[in-house]
Amino acid sequence: MTTRPRTLFEKIWESHIVRPQTADTPAVLYIDLHLVHEVTSPQAFTQLRERGLSVRRPNQTIATMDHSTPTTPRGLDGLIPILDPQAGAQLAQLERNCLDFGIPLFKLGSDKQGIVHVIGPEQGLTQPGMTIVCGDSHTSTHGAFGALAFGIGTSEVAHVMATQCLLQNKPRTMEVRVDGQLQPGVTAKDIILAIIAKIGIGGGTGYVFEYTGSAIRALSMEERMTICNMSIEGGARAGMVAPDETTFSYIAGRPHAPQGADWERAVEQWRTLPTDEGATYDAAISLDAGTLRPMITYGTNPGMGMAIDQPVPDPEALGDPSQRAALDKALNYMGLQPGQQLLGKPVDVVFLGSCTNSRITDLRMAAHVLRGRKVAPNVRMLVVPGSQQVKQQAEAEGLRDIFVEAGAEWREAGCSMCIAMNEDKLEPGQYAVSTSNRNFEGRQGKGGRTFLASPLTAAATAIKGKITDARELV
Amino acid sequence: MEPITTFSGTCVVLPIENIDTDQIIPARFLKATDKQGMGDHLFADWRYDEGGQPKPDFVLNQPEAQRAQILIGGHNFGCGSSREHAPWALQGFGFRAVISTYFADIFRNNALKVGLLPLMVAPEAHGQIIALCTADPGAQLTVDLDAQQVLLPDGTAVSFPIDPFAKYCLLNGVDQLGFLLSQDDAIAQYEDQHTARVTTVLH
Ligand code: SF4
Repeated sequence: MTTRPRTLFEKIWESHIVRPQTADTPAVLYIDLHLVHEVTSPQAFTQLRERGLSVRRPNQTIATMDHSTPTTPRGLDGLIPILDPQAGAQLAQLERNCLDFGIPLFKLGSDKQGIVHVIGPEQGLTQPGMTIVCGDSHTSTHGAFGALAFGIGTSEVAHVMATQCLLQNKPRTMEVRVDGQLQPGVTAKDIILAIIAKIGIGGGTGYVFEYTGSAIRALSMEERMTICNMSIEGGARAGMVAPDETTFSYIAGRPHAPQGADWERAVEQWRTLPTDEGATYDAAISLDAGTLRPMITYGTNPGMGMAIDQPVPDPEALGDPSQRAALDKALNYMGLQPGQQLLGKPVDVVFLGSCTNSRITDLRMAAHVLRGRKVAPNVRMLVVPGSQQVKQQAEAEGLRDIFVEAGAEWREAGCSMCIAMNEDKLEPGQYAVSTSNRNFEGRQGKGGRTFLASPLTAAATAIKGKITDARELV
Repeated sequence: MEPITTFSGTCVVLPIENIDTDQIIPARFLKATDKQGMGDHLFADWRYDEGGQPKPDFVLNQPEAQRAQILIGGHNFGCGSSREHAPWALQGFGFRAVISTYFADIFRNNALKVGLLPLMVAPEAHGQIIALCTADPGAQLTVDLDAQQVLLPDGTAVSFPIDPFAKYCLLNGVDQLGFLLSQDDAIAQYEDQHTARVTTVLH
């Protein structure tokens, strides 16, 4: 028995070693759950076919359709129409691949379909202590359950399909400690935007984050997912939160959760996962949640963020020429001036959705602000639930009616305007306040300009038609 | 995979910080189910105008760029999405290496898997290489993978780190999937000792 104190990360890492790391070779790491979607998998399946390989553990693999699926309302036939032939071909290819290789699939139109990082937790597939991968960088989301979850590329998708393993060098760990109590109107999204603004988008490169502290403990699972989701935006491949009672009660009773005596055994084991007293991290940062204000981004990467009532920074104030050029380029793209206030700036679109903020609590938060109010006439607001299950629940709770009565569009589940692979995109030059995770140039449509913010800020902005501090309205 | 040892070539200089994979290849080009033609979409939104015509002032549209083998980016290259389409597009255009001061983890992994070399060099050397290749677009750099060095025309050698296993695979044309498949006994043994933590099939 080892008595050395270990972090959450180390415990999971060590329990998944098939072959230890040596001076010459990375570790062979076992993967418990592989999530698959239509965009990053086709070429991996092709590789399997070319080499005559099968999927080693189809029953530890699950596929969904999310990135290129339309989110337009169903036709009279109850089907979601696919108008883009290329997207249609890609979706058909995934269906064929899943059939050929025996992989369970939540296809478009089924009642479990949704964004890959929404459905895993929702179905109880995401559990503490597991290793989870997906050909998608926001796989970090699942770390909210105390799992080691990270994004991989298509070559590695093929590796996991064929061997259920990955070659990995052990990453370093960083404790991201958030203590204190959030003020009203300030959310989990603001915590993570503040962290990324503080460390920069490369600040976590090479690290796995573990979020600790009283502010993290106080968050719901959905809020923890919002935070872990954007770990990659700080450069960290994975972010984790140690499992606790909040975690267990979220998982209990979900379709793939352990049942009966298995449940008791699982919880007992999950309780051993949190970082031991005295264990050390390779690096640490901290943040006081009590001092946070709602955050918004002003630039073209998620690290270019500030409190919503601050002025846009001035490139001239930056000493480093490369950073100055980067900020200059970003403000030029965004059509913003140094020193400008973003509060009061008119926007064209408000997008409520994405694997960061499309779960039931996110929709409730926004609906709370929108109840009995109207979306401003100059604004198009899209509400895109993260999954069919979220959609059904929101409809049952009456949230759909609140959104529709306010004048927002109520859509089918998918990635939608987070990535603009379907018809949901910004027009060149349009401004959007978006609850998604990336404000890169053109991310939400070629020439489109994105302000990342929380669901509260998004809802408040939709009502006023201009960037608004939600604290005025809640 | 073809072994990679040394090669020489000219460079394209694109010294922008934090070039993300959405710029390298915008998402609307990810609907393909193969790897064909990705090079045509490399940096599409910076490279083409609204009408789809090449913008003459963008570096990739200069005649010299067609023959270049090395892309020099700004700090923190390849952040954002995990799309392997990014290294495929860079390779499709003809690049065999990218030089930066550091790379996002997933991009670096993806690049090494497909034989595109992510060459991480010290900031001073990075500045020196940019100055050199900007002043003389015909300057040839030589990449020596075994020695882990980039050789400049004046004989200066700039070293870069690389994961030893990835280096071994690249030098010998060994593919990593083959290595993993050879671990079958160890994987089977692990599976015997650990019942699956979850199943995606509902009974
Ligand atoms: S919602 Fe956006 S970030 Fe999340 S998986 Fe879809 S495209 Fe990626």
